[in-house]
Amino acid sequence: MQLSREDLLEAYRRMKIIRDFEDFLHDEIAKGEIAGFTHLYAGQEAVAVGVCEHLTDDDKIVSTHRGHGHCLAKGCDVEGMMKEIWGSREGLCKGKGGSMHIADIDKGMLGANGIVGAGAPIAVGAAIAAKIDGKDENGNLKVSIAFSGDGACNQGTTFEAMNMAVVTKAPAIFVFENNHYSEHTGFEYAVGTDKDIASRAEAFGMKVWRADGTDFSAVHDTMREVLEYVRAGNGPAAVEFDTERFYGHFEGDPQRYRAKGELDRIRAERDCIKKFRETVTEAKLLEGEELDKIDAEVASRIEKAVESARKAERPTAEDVLVDVYIDY
Amino acid sequence: MARKMYRDAVRDTIFEEMKRDPNVVVLGEDVVGGMGTAGGPEAIGGIWSTSGGFYEAFGPDRVIDTPISESAIVGAAGGLALSGKRPIAELMFADFIGVSLDQIWNQIAKFRYMFGGKTKCPAIIRCIYGAGYNAAAQHSQSPHAILTGMPGLKVVMPSTPADVAGLMRQAIREDDPVIFMEHKALYGMKGEVHDDPDYTIPFGHARLTRAGQDVTILATGMMVGMAEGAADKLAADGIGADVIDLRTTSPLDEEAILDSVEVTGRLVIVDEAPPRCSLATDLAAIVANKAFASLKAPIEMVTAPHTPIPFARELESAYLPNPDKIEAAVRKALAYN
Repeated sequence: MQLSREDLLEAYRRMKIIRDFEDFLHDEIAKGEIAGFTHLYAGQEAVAVGVCEHLTDDDKIVSTHRGHGHCLAKGCDVEGMMKEIWGSREGLCKGKGGSMHIADIDKGMLGANGIVGAGAPIAVGAAIAAKIDGKDENGNLKVSIAFSGDGACNQGTTFEAMNMAVVTKAPAIFVFENNHYSEHTGFEYAVGTDKDIASRAEAFGMKVWRADGTDFSAVHDTMREVLEYVRAGNGPAAVEFDTERFYGHFEGDPQRYRAKGELDRIRAERDCIKKFRETVTEAKLLEGEELDKIDAEVASRIEKAVESARKAERPTAEDVLVDVYIDY
Repeated sequence: MARKMYRDAVRDTIFEEMKRDPNVVVLGEDVVGGMGTAGGPEAIGGIWSTSGGFYEAFGPDRVIDTPISESAIVGAAGGLALSGKRPIAELMFADFIGVSLDQIWNQIAKFRYMFGGKTKCPAIIRCIYGAGYNAAAQHSQSPHAILTGMPGLKVVMPSTPADVAGLMRQAIREDDPVIFMEHKALYGMKGEVHDDPDYTIPFGHARLTRAGQDVTILATGMMVGMAEGAADKLAADGIGADVIDLRTTSPLDEEAILDSVEVTGRLVIVDEAPPRCSLATDLAAIVANKAFASLKAPIEMVTAPHTPIPFARELESAYLPNPDKIEAAVRKALAYN
């Protein structure tokens, strides 16, 4: 692992923020307090953080229906997101978007997306914009990243976007998070390519990488290489991360498709946060105590965010008509 | 004023705006044409000759010749617009919105609202639409009604070269997403166009093209000329018609429509699309609801039938509205007591 102590602590903090955010939501949703559909990202934290730690606000990402992790990793405000999920007018999107439509353009977060596979073309547009803007003084391009799952990899929009990125030589990166389930259907059934998404990207003419998405260091190191390649102006690239989804497709999903003992096994063997902790403490890069301290800080921060969301101002009927157009 | 064709008004206005604003970019299938061929770039210059010379003037970064990928074209326009550019995407045929509808309907139309008003999406989707070329069921349609019904979009349907120039310039300078519908059968139409490089026509302002006291005729695009033809013939018989070119269907100039109907009391709506859940029925509902007391006769609608668009010349002619059908509808409205 090539990261400084501070960077490691920050990576751990961000992963923990996502995990606690999702765990809290899982409990709150079960109480019936939150409206709508929610898809939790817990289990995949190393991907969002390992990718986004390399980015600035000028780099863009486009996310999915399972978007909380990408938003938090890209720097969206924890409290603003929680308020949004509660449907408050103080939320990041004033209660108009909810869980599936969180966006923060100033942070380079161009939106979670309720339509599976819709994000990749938008990310390619942002990548074309980055190409038009050109390289900075260090010879680097800004990049645009499309997060897609093993479900979205079957959508024609994703194919179109990959081809268009190659044709336009845009600095786009297709990050495929293979969590083995598209909704309630197994990866091995739904993805025709034998056990692989990256080879599809390769067939479109892109350089591709593959790594274990539950290993933060593998994600982070891989993305360093990918970003060097794309920022230098070599055109688009793709990465496939093998990862795990700890909760169902949506909250309330009874998950009858899981194998017996599967969740216990992946939580024991494939928990990216647990693995990170073990790696950095065994290598004596960080102390267990300082990580415990972060655990406590993060838990209290999330608890406070939930409290503030619960008390935040509710939207009014008049708000329905606002922000459809700039001018009409 | 300069005399030019409808298609050249499209091309020249975009060209001038690209010179003025480096953020304006063009993308679509064959907007350059000839990429990857022996003929080389600009072998086509846009299938409708509406982007000739763009590539040479502005280069491949701003004139983006795309593969045949309508979803990715519209989606990329959305991503460009969220990243500070002003993309003008071309859908070679408006019928292809079927292929790209998610990106129009669920994405660009809704970004601003879903994201709590904290972004703008200044994207233009040019849709080349309409019958008259015997291009049959998948290359001749007028899908303005479904687009007009989508909150977040503005829908523009110019009927003359002058309006193309004013409305296109306005569209490019708008910060909301715009569907710009160009009627393919009007591309060769000639007319006077303003020379003023800042000439714009604000959206939501209809144009009265003929004035009369007896009947109101509403039309858009190619239907405007047909309505005028009918009105001119009726004028010879002493029947006066207001012909109102709506120019934009979203926003809609309700005031112009209602003011006219209050005077005439009789309304004929001309629409190139089929009759159900259409612009015609929408306008009829608005007038019935808001000007009921002014109406002296049932609202007449001259539309295409509830069929796909047929190929053969005789069939397409029978399918489309025409001045005779409009004249007959006016006479029917006038005959009602």
